Amino acid sequence: MGIWVFAEEISGAPSPGSLELVSKARDFGDVSVFYVGAGSDEAWAALGDHGATAVSHLDTGSTLPSGPAAAALAELVGDASVVLFGMGNTDRDVAGRLAAKLGKPVVANVLDLSVDGAVSVKSEILGGTKAVTTEITTDGPAIVVTRPKAFTASPSGGTAPAVTTVASPDSGRAGAAAITEQHSEDSDGPSLEAADVVVSGGRGLGGAEKFEMMDELAALLGGAVGGTRAVVDAGWVPYSYQVGQTGKTVKPSVYIACGVSGAMQHLVGMKGSNTIIAINKDPEAPIFSVSDLGIVGDLHEVVPQLIEALKARA
Amino acid sequence: MNIAVCVKQIPDPATPYELDDANHWVIRPEDQVLDDTDRSGVEIALQLAEATDGTVTLYSMGPSGSLQGVRQALAMGADEAVIVEDEGLKGSDALTTARILAAAIQQKGFDLVVAGTESTDGYTGVMPQMMSEFLDVPCLSFARKVDAGDGQVTIERQTSTGYDVVAAPIPALVTVTAGIEPRYPTFKGIMQAKSKPVTTMTAADLGVSQDATQVIRSVEPVPAREAGEIVEDDGEAYQKIVALLEDRKVI
Repeated sequence: MGIWVFAEEISGAPSPGSLELVSKARDFGDVSVFYVGAGSDEAWAALGDHGATAVSHLDTGSTLPSGPAAAALAELVGDASVVLFGMGNTDRDVAGRLAAKLGKPVVANVLDLSVDGAVSVKSEILGGTKAVTTEITTDGPAIVVTRPKAFTASPSGGTAPAVTTVASPDSGRAGAAAITEQHSEDSDGPSLEAADVVVSGGRGLGGAEKFEMMDELAALLGGAVGGTRAVVDAGWVPYSYQVGQTGKTVKPSVYIACGVSGAMQHLVGMKGSNTIIAINKDPEAPIFSVSDLGIVGDLHEVVPQLIEALKARA
Repeated sequence: MNIAVCVKQIPDPATPYELDDANHWVIRPEDQVLDDTDRSGVEIALQLAEATDGTVTLYSMGPSGSLQGVRQALAMGADEAVIVEDEGLKGSDALTTARILAAAIQQKGFDLVVAGTESTDGYTGVMPQMMSEFLDVPCLSFARKVDAGDGQVTIERQTSTGYDVVAAPIPALVTVTAGIEPRYPTFKGIMQAKSKPVTTMTAADLGVSQDATQVIRSVEPVPAREAGEIVEDDGEAYQKIVALLEDRKVI
């Protein structure tokens, strides 16, 4: 038995989502972590501090992790009750391959789970309009992919876990993809996921250059800038800005949506915000249905006025 | 290069989705549309096929209905379509879907499989990865750019901090984000699509059966957020935002 958590290394540390999962997994017993990345004493300490008791460490070097990681995990998790993954791209790659290897189903978009003999999960479907409770009826590990921020990362004051190095398995053609270059597109200011205020731009902005206005507004509020899938796909801002089903999930105190229509895929990533303010010229825009304050108007007038008013107060 | 593209017909996302009471499955009308997120995959496949004098075959599972969605992809320029349709496959999860599509693709053979990153209606988001395991190929995922040639495929893979360049020998599977602008079907393309071959298969033809591995215990509506205040901008609406920001103590 036992519970496993998949953790990808991001910028030298366990991904923030993996620490959320380790914290939650403590409810169900001893937590083993499968860690993919270079690894470090700091990373082990962070995992231990959140409740991991054991870490299996795989460094795939320049190989794309999904092939070897799924092969190695399949050997380890045989008698586990649950293997928990986040929604990161590598999380999803490994979860899918592992499930196919083991012949087990994946439940995704999970917001809560219980392990009481049977594994039961709660998720939301159809853009977060319906809540579904699903019971896994197969034996062996349930593969569960959770939404970011479904759980809160909370240190338990645990000590450093026992770390075992996993030899890279021969995963054949599955492991034949190599990372040949890495590019970082990091932005300044607070990270989108941690920011207390998020200023988000959609198609209604009209062009990439209008994100300067978003930057200025966010800076005045000490916040971060996000965007919809549409503006990321259009190349106006990098993917790291994307808020929504396939991007980041944010829960700031205040979310300001500018020229965002409110497609299902976007709402999933931000409707947990404490206060939502929307500016859109279309009174029928779905974003207004989740807004605490909706301004039907031209954002190109309202936002500059808002910026001036905030500057006057500074 | 022979390219297999996975596409899904879904109920028009502009209409509200209904679930049937007995099984909690999405009710699928006769006329379904091509999932928008598949258009980029079709586009990439067409570009690679054009560059290598190859073919593009669409693979889809689910009730074919009027075939409207599949015809939309054929109208963009795909050569033919294979649809697996089976009463017994209703309510299949991602694992069964992956088995079925992989078996259908395997039967005809392929150099490259292209899929979207997730469907708009179900969005489990792991089906292509499962398929890559069944096909025993590398999965180059979340590609915002794809190049292929000389027996190799190279992508730009989105990461949480930027992007990686990832390369693998073919055969391989690629999942694409919607960053690749799809072409619009031409009138000629729409006319030709009507006579392009569409083959229908069953699960039995492929020797795959569905395992029931999860049971939905309940489906409940999520309480909507309380409706807020909506105001028409009269030139002063920004002051309402300032007041709310003050109230929430962020300024």
